[in-house]
Amino acid sequence: MPAPSSPALLALENGAVFQGRSVGAQGERACELVFNTAMTGYQEILTDPSYRGQGVVMTYPQIGNYGCCEADDESRACWTEALIMRECSPVSSSWRADSTLPEYLMKHNIVAMDNVDTRELSLMLREQGALRAVLSTKELDASSLIKKAQAHPPLEGRDLAGEVTTQAAYDWTEAQAESFEAPGIFDSNNRCPLVVFDFGVKRNILRCLVSAGFDPHVVPAKTSAEDVLAKNPSAVFLSNGPGDPAAVTYAHSTIRTIAESGVPVLGICLGHQILAHVFGGHTKKMKFGHHGANHPVIELESGRIDITSQNHSFAVEESSLAGTGLEITHQNGNDGSVEGMRHANLPVFSVQYHPEAAPGPHDSAHLFSQFRKMVENRRIPTS
Amino acid sequence: MPRRNDLESILIIGSGPIIIGQACEFDYSGTQAIKALKEEGYRILLINSNPASIMTDPELADRTFIEPITPEIVAKIIEKERPDALLPTLGGQTALNTAMSLQEMGVLEKFGVEMLGARYEVIRKAEDRDEFRVAMEKIGLKNAPSEIARTLAEAQACIEKVGLPCVIRPAFTMGGSGGGIAWNHEEFDTIVSRGLRLSPVCEVLVEKSLLGWKEFELEVMRDHKDNCVVVCSIENLDPMGVHTGDSITVAPSQTLTDKEYQRMRDAAFAIMREVGVECGGSNVQFALNPENGDLIVIEMNPRVSRSSALASKATGFPIAKFAAKLAVGYSLDEIQNDITKVTPACFEPAIDYVVTKMPRFAFEKFPQSDSTLGTQMKSVGETMAIGRTFEESFQKALRGLEVDRVGFSGKKREFSPEEIRQKISRPAPGRLFALYDAFCADYEIEEVSRLSGVDPWFLAFLQRLAVEDRDLEGSVLEDFSEKRLRDLKRRGFSDARLAQATSKSVAEVRAYRESLNIRTGFRLVDTCAAEFEAQTPYLYSTFDASSDEVPPTTNKKVMILGGGPNRIGQGIEFDYCCVHASLALREMGIESIMVNSNPETVSTDFDISDRLYFEPLTHEDVLAVCEREKPDGVIVQFGGQTPLNLAKGLLEAGVPLWGTPFEAIDRAEDRGRFSEMLNKLKLRAPENGIATDEDGAVEIAARIGFPVLVRPSYVLGGRAMEIVYDEKDLRRYMNEAVQVSPEHPVLVDRFLEDAIEVDVDCVSDGKQVIIGAVMEHIEEAGIHSGDSTCVIPPTSLGESIEERIREATRAMALELGVIGLMNVQFAVRGETVYVLEVNPRASRTVPYVSKAVDVPFARVATQVMAGHTLAELGIQEPNPDATMAVKAPAFPFAKFPGARADLGPEMRSTGEVMGIDSNFGMAFAKACDAAGRTLPTEGKVFITVKDSDKRSVVLVARSLTEMGFELVATDGTWRALSRHGIPCERINKVHEGRPHVVDLIKSRDISLIINTPLGKVTRYDDGMIRSESYQANIPCLTTMSAAMAALEGIQALRHNGPEVCPLQDYFADKLEPAEA
Repeated sequence: MPAPSSPALLALENGAVFQGRSVGAQGERACELVFNTAMTGYQEILTDPSYRGQGVVMTYPQIGNYGCCEADDESRACWTEALIMRECSPVSSSWRADSTLPEYLMKHNIVAMDNVDTRELSLMLREQGALRAVLSTKELDASSLIKKAQAHPPLEGRDLAGEVTTQAAYDWTEAQAESFEAPGIFDSNNRCPLVVFDFGVKRNILRCLVSAGFDPHVVPAKTSAEDVLAKNPSAVFLSNGPGDPAAVTYAHSTIRTIAESGVPVLGICLGHQILAHVFGGHTKKMKFGHHGANHPVIELESGRIDITSQNHSFAVEESSLAGTGLEITHQNGNDGSVEGMRHANLPVFSVQYHPEAAPGPHDSAHLFSQFRKMVENRRIPTS
Repeated sequence: MPRRNDLESILIIGSGPIIIGQACEFDYSGTQAIKALKEEGYRILLINSNPASIMTDPELADRTFIEPITPEIVAKIIEKERPDALLPTLGGQTALNTAMSLQEMGVLEKFGVEMLGARYEVIRKAEDRDEFRVAMEKIGLKNAPSEIARTLAEAQACIEKVGLPCVIRPAFTMGGSGGGIAWNHEEFDTIVSRGLRLSPVCEVLVEKSLLGWKEFELEVMRDHKDNCVVVCSIENLDPMGVHTGDSITVAPSQTLTDKEYQRMRDAAFAIMREVGVECGGSNVQFALNPENGDLIVIEMNPRVSRSSALASKATGFPIAKFAAKLAVGYSLDEIQNDITKVTPACFEPAIDYVVTKMPRFAFEKFPQSDSTLGTQMKSVGETMAIGRTFEESFQKALRGLEVDRVGFSGKKREFSPEEIRQKISRPAPGRLFALYDAFCADYEIEEVSRLSGVDPWFLAFLQRLAVEDRDLEGSVLEDFSEKRLRDLKRRGFSDARLAQATSKSVAEVRAYRESLNIRTGFRLVDTCAAEFEAQTPYLYSTFDASSDEVPPTTNKKVMILGGGPNRIGQGIEFDYCCVHASLALREMGIESIMVNSNPETVSTDFDISDRLYFEPLTHEDVLAVCEREKPDGVIVQFGGQTPLNLAKGLLEAGVPLWGTPFEAIDRAEDRGRFSEMLNKLKLRAPENGIATDEDGAVEIAARIGFPVLVRPSYVLGGRAMEIVYDEKDLRRYMNEAVQVSPEHPVLVDRFLEDAIEVDVDCVSDGKQVIIGAVMEHIEEAGIHSGDSTCVIPPTSLGESIEERIREATRAMALELGVIGLMNVQFAVRGETVYVLEVNPRASRTVPYVSKAVDVPFARVATQVMAGHTLAELGIQEPNPDATMAVKAPAFPFAKFPGARADLGPEMRSTGEVMGIDSNFGMAFAKACDAAGRTLPTEGKVFITVKDSDKRSVVLVARSLTEMGFELVATDGTWRALSRHGIPCERINKVHEGRPHVVDLIKSRDISLIINTPLGKVTRYDDGMIRSESYQANIPCLTTMSAAMAALEGIQALRHNGPEVCPLQDYFADKLEPAEA
């Protein structure tokens, strides 16, 4: 059981202060605070590069129960700036675990706090929208921390993809683990070369792509269209990632060139938002975003619903798509926001949610096979 | 796709009487479904034999058949009413099995009835062990290695393949009935034989035991568009080997990584699809090897279940209601989330609290039975608690169980290390407290986990709580800092526990706590972990809330205290009353607030009341709600003994109670004051006295004469009530009873042998008393009223006696100042009427009476409590002769092999059924049929009667012979019958050598027993006869009046068979002016 440990203080830009117990690394982090309603998958959340710049409040009160294991890391590092919990489990109980959550947080230098009324905090974020905050185990002076939170730059206008992307290109070969395969992905006989733009890609996306018959070559976010097309890929994938999609201006023109060359493109999350910009649409900052594993998404053509994993604070503005050639294919069942698009003439489609799950449901894993099918049918003229 | 317009009427099958494994959860689901389908404009037909259910209220369905749930009877209803469809997934295994039979009999095809929710093939695939196993293999999921056997020899051959210990599961039984874990060959043979007997298809599965694996359940829904959602995941604290109904369970799952959880979710959907559940809810159970994550599918139920009720309450997602809507064509996205009102039902609830369910057992009622828990469910009820953390939730659940625990706290350390190890290893009701003892004795988590199979994550918290609790002992209250006390409260320590530990009163702890500004907060169950605003005030208390959600209104409001977990003696009947109270309040424009902790019930449906607080029914928890809501009144007379026990404390805390003043309750319960009242009213009670010690009891008995009825004061369900015949017996009893309830004296009453017992329910407004019904017990006096068969109107009381009973009831209600309901028990011997007991509260028979005479008494009582007079309400004394109604009990003896099944003053039935007809014999026959003790129309009748009955039995015997029955009798009766020239075979009494009568019953050669006992000696012998008869489901008649009733029933059955008639038709003419 945990030793009575040091205090931690969370201060918000609105002046609210939450005291708790430090359960991770010592330090001070400024971030934009969001809440996540997933009841499992804290480790995947911590290692999702899309959380760069954000601190996460877990709404489920018991976190860390099954510890952490290396196989569940979604990238090379932890990106979440801060983790706020009601109760961080001091023990881990799982045959898969190789460390407890507090150990993992220390190892990855994540500042974390528990013993907080997380529902209170979540209600505040729901009412007031995502708020800038500072979590500190060093300075415990509330008014100073509040000022720091207020001084912290907002997410709008920040290109964080550039901060998390890979420095050098690499090939990815690992498929999904056999015991945890998502149903709905069908392996293809011949393998297709694929270029993946890394804006903060999650490993499970790469695994799903491999399972669907692609050979991903992951390139840095600022790779040029010429370099990509020179590799003569069967398709291009635009990954998820953190920050404001409008700020990733370098990618907008690159992707336009690639898409217009007729290479099939799939975008997920930030990749989806970038595609909107590429064709002249806009994105907007949401009040508190979608962060969880239970969002219903309606596929408009079939009326079918997938329960999806989501993590985004920006969304494509529906009204901005008129005349862009993009049409809406998926809609959020809760608030009607844009969840998927495709191009009317080009082999381009995208989704706002996370078909690779990790964490979250596998319902939409079939999108990877759909992408693969699109690549195969590429040269068949469409009506 | 919207509503199906090709359907007009739908038949719903209920689950019958409350039995172990099938309780009020099916009333909850059925009621939800009926409301949902009525809302859609369908005509609803319902069959359910259980009068205590809300679903059988005549205003709910269009045609309500309180009839035995047998394929033959349902076929008659179908033939008469011609429904378009049948919805079999809401009435548990009973409904599913009945629907299967109807299909096999060709009834559904003949009358063109479509099965909704689950088709025949689907049910077969899910329920047939072999088909299910093949289906799972097809989709790549593992089952426990198993073999199917249809004979004992086949089963024995399976042992080689699966090894011992192994699990035996009979096909098509519910609640694991007849199943079990066999550790050796002897046990194996016993369980297999029993299983083959209980399985309707005579088939058992012999399965490799997964003892020690972790157990999980997923509640899933699928619609016809193939949208699938998991409503809730549940993790069992008890590992595999304990039936999930008997396990402590926690929602959501706690120890699964996301990868493991998603794999389980994928598997659950694959199973739904492969089994072919096109739309509706299902429950899928998994076992997970904690060593390596191996996943095995245990079973799936293609219907709503106890777990789906729990999941609905745990998440705010009403599974049964949605299942009904899906069955008639809707898809999940077309249904609205009832809690948020803005988002669709096609989502998966996210919760931000921890839910703990704990089972409630009744082994004290079946002392000879083995309390080891296994694959056959043995608990009779459950409680659920919501807390922000596992610790808070767990401690609240322990309080809510109402087993005299103030939390996770030991009474005293009475066990040796060896005993502790043994108790940890053996799954049994008290194991939790053995874990407590172990941790107090500084056992390591690792060892406790190895011995118990409980996951270390749970144990880490149990250890922390136990050690904390141990160290609290002897603390000084004022030494607790604000921080420390807040921490304790947030971890679920009750004021009562802190009071114990600091030797203070609860009020002192409370005052100190409040002085530090540590107060109960309230949070919402909102299905979405705060992501959306919730519109439905479904709340739970926590010491973790730094703000208040959905603040109380300023409306006029009244709070209803529910009955807590079901137990023998306190169950669905009281929930029925609470629900009616809530509905009545809302009709009167008063805000209704429900407080209850039972997840199975209709009362804890957030739809029923304006506000629902899911809370343990303890002083602290209830008072916190009172202080927040400041209700204009609190109703304590509907939830059984539980709220009555709280009444005094609430009153002292200044909470206004509605209805009968508390003083009247005390006056009825206190022996001395009660006698004074009877004297004043010139009424008689059996001679009696109050004993505070053993010798005192013996003295009283000597004065009033044996046999005497002894019991501790203030009990419900006849706990520890006994009839004793001599001093030795009395002394033995006093030693036990005084242990049971040391602070209360023991009541000693003269036992009136051979008397007729009569129950009366009435409602009073303080000025006028309306008698609901006078009910005559068919069994002899001395059997608890809850266990007796009783008939409305009385069949053997003279008119003048009945009138005296009515008069006495009125006089007592007015004298006590009853406002609301009152129940009186009388005994009639010769021309003398004795008052046995008065209860100024709702009784178990209120729903039965309400249905038999078509007046909703609980509702009327609520209106009266609100200040209306009976005259204003236009309530008139119902005409008791409109129908003949018989209520019969359902017993759990089959679940407790080894327990003596004799009836006495201690209640042991779990539920009841009602037979209604225009003719007494047929009503009686229906009740017997519905209770599973069908009256025979041919075969062998065993008769043994006491001397005073030997004259009257001749008449019965002769009629039976004339109808072609063969007779068997023990010596005395045989002689009496022979002398009257009635052909009869003689059989040995038990002590006369074998083969004796018990052998005969065991061999199933007997189809009816007539056995009237008198005195202690025969009581013992008769006990064995009856015990066997209940195990074998052979109707056993213990009084001549019951024998006469059965005779009438048999004659009616032979004459033209039962006719079905809905409640609505019995009282159809009531609407017309009936003044004559």
